[in-house]
Amino acid sequence: MSKPDWGTERAARGERLAAAGSLAKGKIVDSADVTALLEAVIRPGDRVCLEGDNQKQADLLAVALAGVDRTKVFDLHMVQSGVVLPEHLDVFETGVAKRLDYAYSGPQAARIARMLFGGKIELGAVHTYLELFARYFIDLTPNVALIAAVSADRDGNLYTGPNTEDTPTVVEATAFKSGIVIAQVNAIVDKVPRVDIPGDRVNFIVEAGKPFYVEPLFTRDPGAITEMQILTAMLAIKGIYAEYGVKRLNHGIGFSTAAIELLLPTFAEKLGLKGKIATHWALNPHPTLIPAIESGWVTQIHSFGSEVGMDDYIAARSDVYFTGADGSLRSNRAFCQTAGLYACDMFIGSTLQIDLQGNSSTVTTSRIAGFGGAPNMGSDPRGRRHASAPWLKAGEEADPDSPAALRRGRKLVVQIGETFGDGNVPMFVEHLDALVLAEKLSLDLAPVMIYADDVTHIVTEEGVANLLLCRDKDEREQAVRGVAGYTDVGRGRDAKMVQRLRERGVIRRPEDLGVDPLDADRSLLAAKSIKDLVRWSGGLYAPPSKFRNW
Amino acid sequence: METLTFHHKTVTPAGGAKAQALVGVVASGNLEVLVERTLPPAECTVEIATTAHGFGDIWRAVVGDFVARYPAGGLRMSINDGGARPDTVALRLAQGVRLIEEDAL
Repeated sequence: MSKPDWGTERAARGERLAAAGSLAKGKIVDSADVTALLEAVIRPGDRVCLEGDNQKQADLLAVALAGVDRTKVFDLHMVQSGVVLPEHLDVFETGVAKRLDYAYSGPQAARIARMLFGGKIELGAVHTYLELFARYFIDLTPNVALIAAVSADRDGNLYTGPNTEDTPTVVEATAFKSGIVIAQVNAIVDKVPRVDIPGDRVNFIVEAGKPFYVEPLFTRDPGAITEMQILTAMLAIKGIYAEYGVKRLNHGIGFSTAAIELLLPTFAEKLGLKGKIATHWALNPHPTLIPAIESGWVTQIHSFGSEVGMDDYIAARSDVYFTGADGSLRSNRAFCQTAGLYACDMFIGSTLQIDLQGNSSTVTTSRIAGFGGAPNMGSDPRGRRHASAPWLKAGEEADPDSPAALRRGRKLVVQIGETFGDGNVPMFVEHLDALVLAEKLSLDLAPVMIYADDVTHIVTEEGVANLLLCRDKDEREQAVRGVAGYTDVGRGRDAKMVQRLRERGVIRRPEDLGVDPLDADRSLLAAKSIKDLVRWSGGLYAPPSKFRNW
Repeated sequence: METLTFHHKTVTPAGGAKAQALVGVVASGNLEVLVERTLPPAECTVEIATTAHGFGDIWRAVVGDFVARYPAGGLRMSINDGGARPDTVALRLAQGVRLIEEDAL
């Protein structure tokens, strides 16, 4: 048996660094030389993490990678959480990249679907963020990471500012496994405001001269919230938040949950729920939560990332948000996803399709948006967990016969939405488009976002379905149909069985919850416009121009 | 434009004494309902002019549920629809009944 040749990874890293040698002054590389730098340090077939999630983007490095000579750099395996910029897919058109493992692709959902069907991309899997991060440490460790920060000093210490997001995780996995880390920064400074990434983990820095792009994904204009969304929000607050006393939670993006946030200081306060619900959050800095924060509803919030325009407000509310010594937000997607999974009692979010058992997906036949964090936070982690009142109550509802001390609790996983979505497309379907897609692409698994056995409640304008109380498949199907309104699925209900489910409290109508649909009025919203949110923030919230309509 | 008309026998006449009420707006995804107290107290008619074709079955279901749930006797309801979702239609019909029940100011 021959003796193993230890140290090959480090030697390979040394060779890559040496190849880049003449392009760098210390760690600094001129922005004109970035493409040459990438050609020098990236090898064909490398796993490359191009930082881009659903918020901040290493946009300069993305353009540089799309511009490499594809006789030198080809067949890359991209392992990145977000496919957001056009360049993220351009590399697959040209052959620079071949294989993709990712989590979210909202803005590129239609193009990524076309490219998958056309065989331009070899798909590994569509992950949750936390799952992809986990694989960075096991079998998808990047050889090269291309990341984004606000500023760097000459030693490579990085300040990521409020949008720290994925950076610490990506750098940890790459730098400590002999990989190369290249950072684009808005500016090179003498001293960074705080050290988010220590310099000895960063090999090269490039001054972009302009701020990296951030997608304002979590801003919902209160002006666009409808009466139906308000009604649905009222049902959720009375039927779930108050019912279970949910204090620790995560909200998805969407207008229904934005409506809930704006009803806390009004409708929920009148119900006497202040301090009893919605106090501790794993949540991005949603502008629509400002009125609740200002009204003293919120104890604390940990965030995955920041949100465009919220930075000054957050800095002034360090009693609520996590902030650094420099005063600005410190976000961290991996930690916040972990918090959402293990320390929250409820996830509530929207989807595009729900089937008869309660499986849901945002994938449709022409759009593959990925899932981001929803399948992680929208799941019950099952393993041993600390007890909490909502978790125990949900567990008892699901399994009333087991001895209490041996019974698992249940995390509340709530799907909320209107029975018909944009363009009158029904949210309830007999079969998910995800199944068609799986067949078309020969996938082993359909891209289901949240599995039926994790979903505990479905809320629509027609009522609340409590799936924990369903005892078999038929009951479950009728509970789903029973809140599916005038969709085909809803009109296909067994009216007698739905009535029996209602008598048992499995289905609760607005009148069962003491909610009059005619009270669902926009006057209940604590803020009715983006301008109202600015006013609530004392002028600290600075919305991006596309949301300024005054 | 498609027009649909549904006639129903009703049990309970609409409350109040107002002759007419108007709710909603004609806009994409929304609708306007003109409510007139012009029919015998045991009848309700809902007339729909809609830009969306082929949704007759859904309209029939929405109107049927509305008449069963709300006191709509004596009312003629004329809908000018801009492709509203069925749940919005149901809400506007209910709002129309409430508005005509209210005492005139």
